Amino acid sequence: MTLETQVHQKNLVKWAADKPEVVVFSADLTSSTEVRLFAETYPDRFYSFGMTEQNMMSAAGGMAREGFTPWVHTFAIFMYRRALDQVQMSIAYPNLPVRIVGFLPGITTPGGATHQAIEDVAIMRAIPNMTVLETGDAADVESVLDVAQAIEGPVYIRMLRGQIPRLFTTPMQLGRARRLRRGADVTLFTAGITTEEAMRATQVLEQRGVSIEHLQVTTHKPFTDPAVLEAASQPKYGVITFENHTTVGGLGTEVAEVMAEHGVGKKLVRLGIPDTYAHGGSRPYLMRHYGLDALALVRAVEKLVGEDLNIGEDDLAAVRVEPVHGDFKAEAL
Amino acid sequence: MNPLDETRRVADGIRRRVTEFTLKNGGGYLSQACSSAEILATLYTRVMKLGPSVAPPVPPPFGGVPGKNPNYTTGAGYNGPRKPELDRFFISPVHYALVLYATLVETGRMAEEGLAMFNADGSTVEMIGAEHSPGHELMAGSLGQALSQVIGIALGRRRKGETGRNFVFMSDGEFMIGQTWEAMETLSFYKLDSVIAYVDANGQSADGRINEVMGIEPLKERLEAFGAVAVEIDGHDVEALAAAAETPHEGKPLVVIARTNPYCGVEVLSERAPKFHYIRFTKPEEKEALERFFVEKWGGQK
Repeated sequence: MTLETQVHQKNLVKWAADKPEVVVFSADLTSSTEVRLFAETYPDRFYSFGMTEQNMMSAAGGMAREGFTPWVHTFAIFMYRRALDQVQMSIAYPNLPVRIVGFLPGITTPGGATHQAIEDVAIMRAIPNMTVLETGDAADVESVLDVAQAIEGPVYIRMLRGQIPRLFTTPMQLGRARRLRRGADVTLFTAGITTEEAMRATQVLEQRGVSIEHLQVTTHKPFTDPAVLEAASQPKYGVITFENHTTVGGLGTEVAEVMAEHGVGKKLVRLGIPDTYAHGGSRPYLMRHYGLDALALVRAVEKLVGEDLNIGEDDLAAVRVEPVHGDFKAEAL
Repeated sequence: MNPLDETRRVADGIRRRVTEFTLKNGGGYLSQACSSAEILATLYTRVMKLGPSVAPPVPPPFGGVPGKNPNYTTGAGYNGPRKPELDRFFISPVHYALVLYATLVETGRMAEEGLAMFNADGSTVEMIGAEHSPGHELMAGSLGQALSQVIGIALGRRRKGETGRNFVFMSDGEFMIGQTWEAMETLSFYKLDSVIAYVDANGQSADGRINEVMGIEPLKERLEAFGAVAVEIDGHDVEALAAAAETPHEGKPLVVIARTNPYCGVEVLSERAPKFHYIRFTKPEEKEALERFFVEKWGGQK
């Protein structure tokens, strides 16, 4: 695993080179959402909207009606919270091909409750016509562009920025989870940054005799992958969902709906931000504090299998492919 | 014949038809017809360059919402084909829908039978217009969103080198809304002179007189401060309404503030001051008074 920086910044410019229909909208957070290079490379296709997110979302709908595909960039929170009515009536109802690129999902920002998009998946997947995607590594951040652009209607993307790991060599596929590990004791679903955390934990868990079936979800909606039902039906002890989102309405709810609809009689443990607002702090601190790190997952597995596996922080640290978080610094706003 | 006589005939027809429906339905957005009849009549007969309707004279029934739906229809076709050199029309306060439908009938864009479907279940001729409703192109019922949507359309048309203008019909109540002002500053920022807004400044909103609900004046000065060219005219003067579109506004959006009277042409409504937003009949005498007025002014109902 390697760590890379500014993946979206560089990739978007390359990707959009032969796509004149692609325009980028920004709301005064151009550098913070890694579209500065796009603005410099294609100034004619870059539209600054300043801090007018409601206006920007409606205008994106208008531009899409003229045959263009606006890629709207700002912090997720300012789109799905501040401009939700505009997202719904100017974009989603008319089923327009606007790509809503939401940055700072969950606790990936030290900016506190005003900046942390902790219930965006719940809200966006409740919107008719909307497709909801989430990126978990550099390969996702790159390949999500093609996945989104191929969709006829609007798409919401939980996007990562700054320093991110490259975990996968295969591209994201719409409606297809990635199977990262096979196992019979516990089935684990992750999305976004919890995938990397889980990959540390599952190695140690396996060494202690608990086998994990691990799937990484990148499509929250439509949530129709048959592999999800299949994996949820199999485990000896139960299913765990692990998400950088509140436990209401996101990945845990998506899996619960599939299990209930198909009568899967397994225990379901939903790990995530426990129905609370968070606060500002470094990412490692927030992940520990809100139970989103590898250790939190280990404890949940122990509880589910009813056994103390005697795994500590040091065991988890040992499996890290350095320097994973060694030189990690909190991103500035 | 003075071409403006035709405009006045259309305006009179709009008032007559909306009054008729208000009587028939036991209530309606009648004051909006009173205030905006000349604005819409002038836009459709004198100002906008639209092709003939490309939509069925009798509107299709509701075919479902946009999405994976082959039966979906848009109401935009009643305003003619989409062509680079033609103007486009966008209505923002879509509770004026009946006024627009009446305009389409009076200008030969929709059959009279279409109007009979107004507010009927399963019809596209809805009370609050949606983008499938005749003459409508956008989802605008959540007020304040249409102007921003038109920004995107105007920027898109500019990218394609289109020369047609983009007319937006607005209500003065929408200038209470933050998004409207975000749109205004953006129109100025992008020098979108292809956008021309006509505002029915009837001084009325849902609660009553706007100046008792929220402060939006002085509207002309506020708009100018936001970088628009604004003109203020008598909104029942069809000559002034037609001339206003010719106001020089290179590099700037143009806003025509049409000062109007919410009971113009149906003076019997004046007794309802200060509330005109939705005309209801609470007593039989109220309905009888409007019926008498109708017969005296326009003869018998159809």
